[in-house]
Amino acid sequence: MSSETQKILTTDGIPLEVSLKKAEKKNKIKAFLLVCPLLLFIIITYIFPIGEMFSRSIDDRMITNMLPKTFKAMETWDGKELPPEEVFASFLADFRVLAENKEHGKLGQRLNKEKNGFNTILKKLWRKMKKFEEGNAKEQIMEIHKRFRDVKYWQAIKRTAPPYTMAKYLKGMDMYYDEDGNVVQVEEDRRIHRILWLRTLEVAFFVTLFCFLMGYPIAHLLATLPMKYSNLLMICVLLPFWTSLLVRTASWMILLQQQGIVNDFFVFIGLVADDNRPEMMYNKTGTYVAMTQILLPFMVLPLYSVMKTISPSLMRAGKSLGGTPFVTFWKIYFPLTIPGIGAGCLLVFILAIGYYITPALVGGASGTLISNQIAYHMKATLDWSFASAMGLMLLTGVLVVYWIYNKLVGIDNIKLG
Amino acid sequence: MALPKYTEPHYRVWHYTYLFICGSVFFFLIAPLFVIFPLSFNAEEFLVFSEGMKRLDPDAFSLRWYEDMIYGTKNPWGAAAKNSFIIAIFATLGSIVLGTVAALGLSSRHMPYKGLIMATLISPMIVPLIISGVAIFFFMAKVGLAATHLGIILAHIILGTPFVVITVTATLSGFDHSVTRAAASLGSNPVNTFMKITLPLILPGVISGGLFAFVTSFDEVVVVLFLAGLENTTIPIQMWTGLREQLSPTILAVATCLIVLSVLILVTAELIRRRSERLRGINR
Repeated sequence: MSSETQKILTTDGIPLEVSLKKAEKKNKIKAFLLVCPLLLFIIITYIFPIGEMFSRSIDDRMITNMLPKTFKAMETWDGKELPPEEVFASFLADFRVLAENKEHGKLGQRLNKEKNGFNTILKKLWRKMKKFEEGNAKEQIMEIHKRFRDVKYWQAIKRTAPPYTMAKYLKGMDMYYDEDGNVVQVEEDRRIHRILWLRTLEVAFFVTLFCFLMGYPIAHLLATLPMKYSNLLMICVLLPFWTSLLVRTASWMILLQQQGIVNDFFVFIGLVADDNRPEMMYNKTGTYVAMTQILLPFMVLPLYSVMKTISPSLMRAGKSLGGTPFVTFWKIYFPLTIPGIGAGCLLVFILAIGYYITPALVGGASGTLISNQIAYHMKATLDWSFASAMGLMLLTGVLVVYWIYNKLVGIDNIKLG
Repeated sequence: MALPKYTEPHYRVWHYTYLFICGSVFFFLIAPLFVIFPLSFNAEEFLVFSEGMKRLDPDAFSLRWYEDMIYGTKNPWGAAAKNSFIIAIFATLGSIVLGTVAALGLSSRHMPYKGLIMATLISPMIVPLIISGVAIFFFMAKVGLAATHLGIILAHIILGTPFVVITVTATLSGFDHSVTRAAASLGSNPVNTFMKITLPLILPGVISGGLFAFVTSFDEVVVVLFLAGLENTTIPIQMWTGLREQLSPTILAVATCLIVLSVLILVTAELIRRRSERLRGINR
């Protein structure tokens, strides 16, 4: 950068480089301003709330706010032996405030989750504390119940001090903190969430597989047929695609019911006896059949758009060089369709893994998936922090699938029809 | 797909097996939709084909479920349809405006952090609906928009914009920017250039994105289930409750109407696609 004479100037006498940079910057700002409204809208109404789901899922401030003085006093306590008088006194002070606001019951419930037996002794404390004398809180509290003399109960309180907890995530994986603060699994017969996670994965995997097995041949047919036939057949794919999800689910409910047409047909061809019609709805079969039909267009459309671009002369060249139809297909055609397979499988898998409506309607008890559990906790038990935790676990799973897909195929290869 | 005469027998067999497989898959895709039609004209209350229907006896068919759909008091389908259309139309308009403007910015080559911003904008399409539902519900509850039309419309704009962004950026990727430069050199201001030059050219992309947004909103259940109060039940919500409690033929009547609607949308989308293909054909 030695010569100043080489600099080209604009008519205004400003160096061209500076002027160009200024113009580029202006363009950058202009482009960004156009994107701004939507970006802000999405961030405020969507991205932040997902973040809020996270803070809600680990939030444990309720008890932190209930026992502020106790936790302050416990900071210096090493947690090995019974806490000093100061802790007892602050606990009593906190508890009195809670009792005044009639919130001591909530505290009992919360601490009972941490260690069984808290509810009873807190109720007892509430009854007796009116007769307490000034000072010497430790001795008076310990008098009430032998559990107050047990250091484990005080350790349990100390464990709740941090304003966050991973308990909801552990619960989502059928684990919990035991009374000593270790992570343990729940008993084998109560591991419902793990069953649901596995079932969700299983259903998503098999629905993707079925969609691939059924979608590949018809996408190939659509791509190779002359336009006037393929346009007509394309309607068979597009009409279900544009039709309401609930309408399609309803039609499967009619078809699969015990007196339904599918069962009628099975009876007619003698596959099953009339009085022994199989239950095809309200179980996994129903979920598989309905979800495969509903998600099939999402497999066919990306496959079709990729296959459409493959020139038929490639296959002809392969055949003229002596390849059998199978070899030319496997060595030439199939590898070229991999971007389409990737896009279709990704779409179907991700849609299937978060499916809610169809499993809820035709799934019955053995066909419900993890999303149904999330909705259940949102609407029925109102355990929103647990629903948030499970939602975020699902989201992490989806993002991992994207990441793997991006490594294998590349996310830019997705085509939307 | 007629086979040449010299085709070997085993290949011939394979070819017909292949066609048979394809035929079965097409049947599997389309047949379930056609079950609904005849059953919605059932004169009886059961969801199976009655003996009379099998004999094509005219007395076995009736329009009573359509009457029930329109005049019935038990399920207020009329109110639900009104809500659905209001919400879907406003959500579509919102998605189109926000999405198109953002797509214009995104397809500018000066746009910084393009990948990251694009990922953010289309994230509502990628994230499973149930999670979107939970997140949007938390937001709407906090700002007091839960159980309002506005809240649902905003939620559907969130879900609908990714489609508009994707289709419009795709249309803009083949867009010849010299025409806007020509307009600017002839003294047109940016807004005028957009309205007179850019918009007509990208209109197919805008409309097909809008159609996606409309269908998404009109068919959306999961998020509405979290957000809707009694005042804003939509058709999908009404169907959802109906399907959960008792499958009545009235639902099938509604379903038939919805299928007719989706045929209309399909035809529109197809016409737009062909038109834009024709236009692109001229350009080449």
